[in-house]
Amino acid sequence: MTQDGNLIEIKNLRMFFPVLAGVMRRKVADVRAVDDISFYIKKGETLGLVGESGCGKTTTGRCILQLYRISGGEVYFEGTDLTKLKGESLRRMRRNMQLIFQDPYASLDPRMTCGDIIGEPLLVHNLVKGKEYREQVAELLHMVELEPRMGVRYPHEFSGGQRQRIGIARALAVRPKFIVCDEPVSALDVSIQAQIITLLMRLREELNLTYLFIAHDLSVVRHISDRVAVMYLGKIMEVTHSDELYGNPLHPYTQALLSAVPIPDPSVDRKRKRILLTGDVPSPVNPPSGCHFHPRCSLAADACKEKEPELKDIGNEHWVACHRTF
Amino acid sequence: MSAIADKILEVKDLRTFFYVQEGELRAVDGLSYSVDKGECVGLVGESACGKSVSALSVMRLIPYPPGIIVGGEITFDGRDLLKVSEEEIRHIRGNRIAMVFQEPTTSLNPVLTVSRQLSESLELHRGLDKRASAEEAMKLLRLVGIPDAERRVSDYPHQFSGGMQQRIMIAMALSCNPALLIADEPTTSVDVTVQAQLLEIINNLRTQFGTAVIIITHNLGVVARYVDRVNVMYAGRLVESGPTDIIYGEPRHPYTVGLIASVPRLDLPRKRGLHVIPGLPPNLARLPRTICAFSPRCKYAIDKCKQERPALEQVGKDHYAACFRSSEVRELVEAG
Repeated sequence: MTQDGNLIEIKNLRMFFPVLAGVMRRKVADVRAVDDISFYIKKGETLGLVGESGCGKTTTGRCILQLYRISGGEVYFEGTDLTKLKGESLRRMRRNMQLIFQDPYASLDPRMTCGDIIGEPLLVHNLVKGKEYREQVAELLHMVELEPRMGVRYPHEFSGGQRQRIGIARALAVRPKFIVCDEPVSALDVSIQAQIITLLMRLREELNLTYLFIAHDLSVVRHISDRVAVMYLGKIMEVTHSDELYGNPLHPYTQALLSAVPIPDPSVDRKRKRILLTGDVPSPVNPPSGCHFHPRCSLAADACKEKEPELKDIGNEHWVACHRTF
Repeated sequence: MSAIADKILEVKDLRTFFYVQEGELRAVDGLSYSVDKGECVGLVGESACGKSVSALSVMRLIPYPPGIIVGGEITFDGRDLLKVSEEEIRHIRGNRIAMVFQEPTTSLNPVLTVSRQLSESLELHRGLDKRASAEEAMKLLRLVGIPDAERRVSDYPHQFSGGMQQRIMIAMALSCNPALLIADEPTTSVDVTVQAQLLEIINNLRTQFGTAVIIITHNLGVVARYVDRVNVMYAGRLVESGPTDIIYGEPRHPYTVGLIASVPRLDLPRKRGLHVIPGLPPNLARLPRTICAFSPRCKYAIDKCKQERPALEQVGKDHYAACFRSSEVRELVEAG
């Protein structure tokens, strides 16, 4: 079913969460968090997923990992449709896919030592025991540039950057092929961000990993990713190579996002034109008709209000969903 | 002596210490800087470098115990804030000096309507009655670009998004038309699009009302376009200070160089690696005072850096740096 060389392939993925109301908790509406999206990630590639909060990027990541029972569509991992798996076979498959969380303060159990946190997946999946277990935990700590003797400490004894390293080590414990990095650096200082990004890039080379890198900061995403997908209100607006993203953004939303990213050089930054988006992202319970972006788009025409644009390949793996691009 | 009259805030040799289990923690240790009327100053540094503590010191909001302002002078509009009475400072705080905090979600009172929170300081500082303050509150919400302000003024904070909550915080800070606005990481918890909107609002209000602004941030990229002057802090002290274009164009302290280079740049071709400042910020309670605090993380450190603490010295017009090798920094960086 899937193309050769694609580790992950997603087809028409939909994830709706019910809105319940009244005494009977009846379903009155749907939050259309992810609304019919398709994309692929090649082996060894990093796909960046950007968008504002509430656009469905985290939900997409979790749907791939089967942390939700999806509302519709298919998710292929090395040719296997994960949505058809259950119980033990899904559990075994999960070993190949891991998740790194955004908030290193909330995602580590404060009552477990750092070594236990990192080693837990090894025990859950029954991979190693005894002396070998301790050796592996030490090796994982070393891999993320922490000292093995730190394994006995508790999370509160670490700084934010170090905690994020613990989260990474835990994700690596089961030797996954694919990792979803969900805003792994947005809670950190820029200097520490640079350290974590460098670490993730080194691990990718050494362990031959494939990443889905979710973030709202385009400069960080572009730096680490081979290709970037831009999401808005449950839809993918544009997918392109990282190098082409800055030079040739075609979707008005991508252009607005890019223009909002500051450049650390006042002589350059002051000359750039800023496209300021007004207002907030509309509610995914009742998304706008036609193109979801049209109420905030400066180029919107009548067609945009009525018909939803399709994501079209315009060559060189550059996909855009916009009526006005053509 | 018009130069002095133009200063709205002057901080001189400020020292704020915290007495904790580990001992004396020198959060701010000899900090001096000034802000001119209507100027926008960036205060930049990593977490725990003392940038927030220095701002709270200006507001006299340091919790005692464990914290105490040990020494220094904070001259605001000709008066030393460290010498005025508690009652006088209450009149200045929120009125003449206002502050916007990092997390709007935790800074707003969840059980009061937005209108009530906004009118509180209007009634307190400007003596408006209930009706006038409610009207003023609405005007403020419109000013910071909250759509449909008439209807939303009676909503509660949780009914707003993070970006909108931060706008409310800004509206609240500006309600008494302060002479100085301190924004402590105002955009850290929001999306880039909202970040651009918020900074644009602060900048517009500054040009409209002539408010002086201090923006505290860890990201040198964020403020490049808005600030007139950049003060870089490390371990409770200033390590570099100068006009914006010079700080970004010809930084003279290795720490500033590192901070600028750790932000990936959209406008340049992608490189394989980022410049990384190795290690972590020092533990302020265990920091020896006889060395350059940055030397353990500095790849250009020489023996002298580990024996003496460099003072802030003039290295150019209106440009100061605290580094023994400041004259060689450019060559050192180019050599790699």
